[in-house]
Amino acid sequence: MSFDVPDDLRYLDTHEWVRATDATAEIGISDFAQDELGDVVFVELPDEGAELTAGEDFGVVESIKAVSDVYAPVSGTVTAVNDRLRDEPELLNEDPYGDGWMLEIDLTDESELDDLLSPADYRDQIE
Amino acid sequence: MKYDQARWTDDGDDRYEPLLSEKANETVEIEDAALPDDLTRDSLTLPDPAEPELARHYTRLSQMNYGVESGPFPLGSCTMKYNPSFTEDVAARPDAAIHPDRPDATVQGTLALCHRLQDYLGRIGGMDAVTLQPPAGAAGEFTGIEIAKAYHEANDEERREVVIPDSAHGTNFATAAMAGYEVVELPSDDDGRVDTEALAAAVGDDTAALMLTNPNTLGLFERDIEEIADLVHDAGGLLYYDGANLNALLGRARPGDMGFDVMHYNVHKTFATPHGGGGPGAGPVGVREGLARFLPNPHVRERDGNYEYYEPEASIGKVHGFYGNWPVLVKAFAYIARLGDAGLRDASAKAVLNANYLAEQIDYDVPFGPFHHEFVASAGEQDAADAAKRMLDYGVHPPTTKWPEIVDEALMTEPTEGETKRSLDQLAAAFDAVAAEDDETLAAAPSRPAARRIDQVSAARNPRLSWQALDDA
Repeated sequence: MSFDVPDDLRYLDTHEWVRATDATAEIGISDFAQDELGDVVFVELPDEGAELTAGEDFGVVESIKAVSDVYAPVSGTVTAVNDRLRDEPELLNEDPYGDGWMLEIDLTDESELDDLLSPADYRDQIE
Repeated sequence: MKYDQARWTDDGDDRYEPLLSEKANETVEIEDAALPDDLTRDSLTLPDPAEPELARHYTRLSQMNYGVESGPFPLGSCTMKYNPSFTEDVAARPDAAIHPDRPDATVQGTLALCHRLQDYLGRIGGMDAVTLQPPAGAAGEFTGIEIAKAYHEANDEERREVVIPDSAHGTNFATAAMAGYEVVELPSDDDGRVDTEALAAAVGDDTAALMLTNPNTLGLFERDIEEIADLVHDAGGLLYYDGANLNALLGRARPGDMGFDVMHYNVHKTFATPHGGGGPGAGPVGVREGLARFLPNPHVRERDGNYEYYEPEASIGKVHGFYGNWPVLVKAFAYIARLGDAGLRDASAKAVLNANYLAEQIDYDVPFGPFHHEFVASAGEQDAADAAKRMLDYGVHPPTTKWPEIVDEALMTEPTEGETKRSLDQLAAAFDAVAAEDDETLAAAPSRPAARRIDQVSAARNPRLSWQALDDA
């Protein structure tokens, strides 16, 4: 089985993705992650204004199989939260890179992006 | 239409027997509440059954259920097992009902029983002192790790880590975290046991303890236990024994002799004290001599022929009210006293024999061995959860599924010492029938139990809560 790993994103080895545009970024979890978790039934995310620290957990994803922490790939301040996930957690399964996005943040340090995995490296990790 | 068992309906073809709350309700009007209007309601719908309806309601619920008294139940001691009922009779005796605040001098029999149980458990585990206070296995773990923490603090040492193998019970990780430790997860080696090289690399000045289950959750005996004990002790850490699988060793090997410093006993797994729907329980903790002064308060001792409560000199304090859940302790005492040394040895022999016989009979692969009182089969290409649901159709309860995670599509099976060869053959027949079936059949199962396939996703995303159900009625 092969998983979708879009080429315009960067990845964390714990299966989160970042879509960076200048000094802002979107964060979510990968196609591989949603498949491993199975049907997601609950998503807990921080509020707008929360501070994320790279490598530390910022939220929780609960599926039929497991309750898992979600880790921040980069540091920053939360500027938007995907409220649809509250009532439609299945968006994480259906469209992990689109409607299933989790947070939008202002990056604290853009150079942290360089520490993340390239699509090719992430593909190697999950295959 | 065949009426065999009242069932919840999940499609139009089922005969639908209404629930009691749907056929016998009375709405009560509420007037003049003393509370503010926004905190009260005007009416409340309550069940209003006659005695026969109520009796039938509970009988019907029990018929819908599959319990340890319905048939084979290979979840094992870890979750649910059949326990002999004579212990209930003993605990229910009127003279076992003792108020916990009575003066020591008036409850000498009670204290004598506690003292003897401390002694029995100590001898069974190879421990020098035992507390009966913790109210469950997990509470026993927490107590044991708090004792380890107190020991290190008394030595003016600050150790921040507890090492736990990846095959361990989830409670171990929770216990260490709750006691304020960092958890260091130890990967298992290829044969499913502790990797001693990885352990040597993991332990050091920061190691407070290694928490270990032996035999482990795959039923495998940790053959390198002496080397493991040396590695942990040389680093200055303590060795903690999770008593979950003690029923495999009863009367044959003792954690204390293996080098363990602290252990808890799951009396519901090993000494016939049923969970009783989640409690009350008991999780006694044993320690080697140097740690006895840290035991919870109170502890029971004998002095000049009299028994008394006292506070150990460096006690970690109380972990539960009084001296634990007394009736549960009476049951454990009764079981040990009735079986005696020979009986306990026989129990561990049968636990191991039953698991090995069953594993030999079934068609599923069992990747790790030799195992003791439990084994982990792999459903292979099948989904373990689907296979388990299908087993219900063959009139047996399925094993634990998808855990431990080091076996793909795990079927964690523990028949326990109490099952007969007939029951084991019935179980094996169910395993093999399911092993031969296709995915489509498994995905549609179960079709026979009162509750058909549960939509777990909808149940979690849109739970139907009982107070809402009453409001709807």
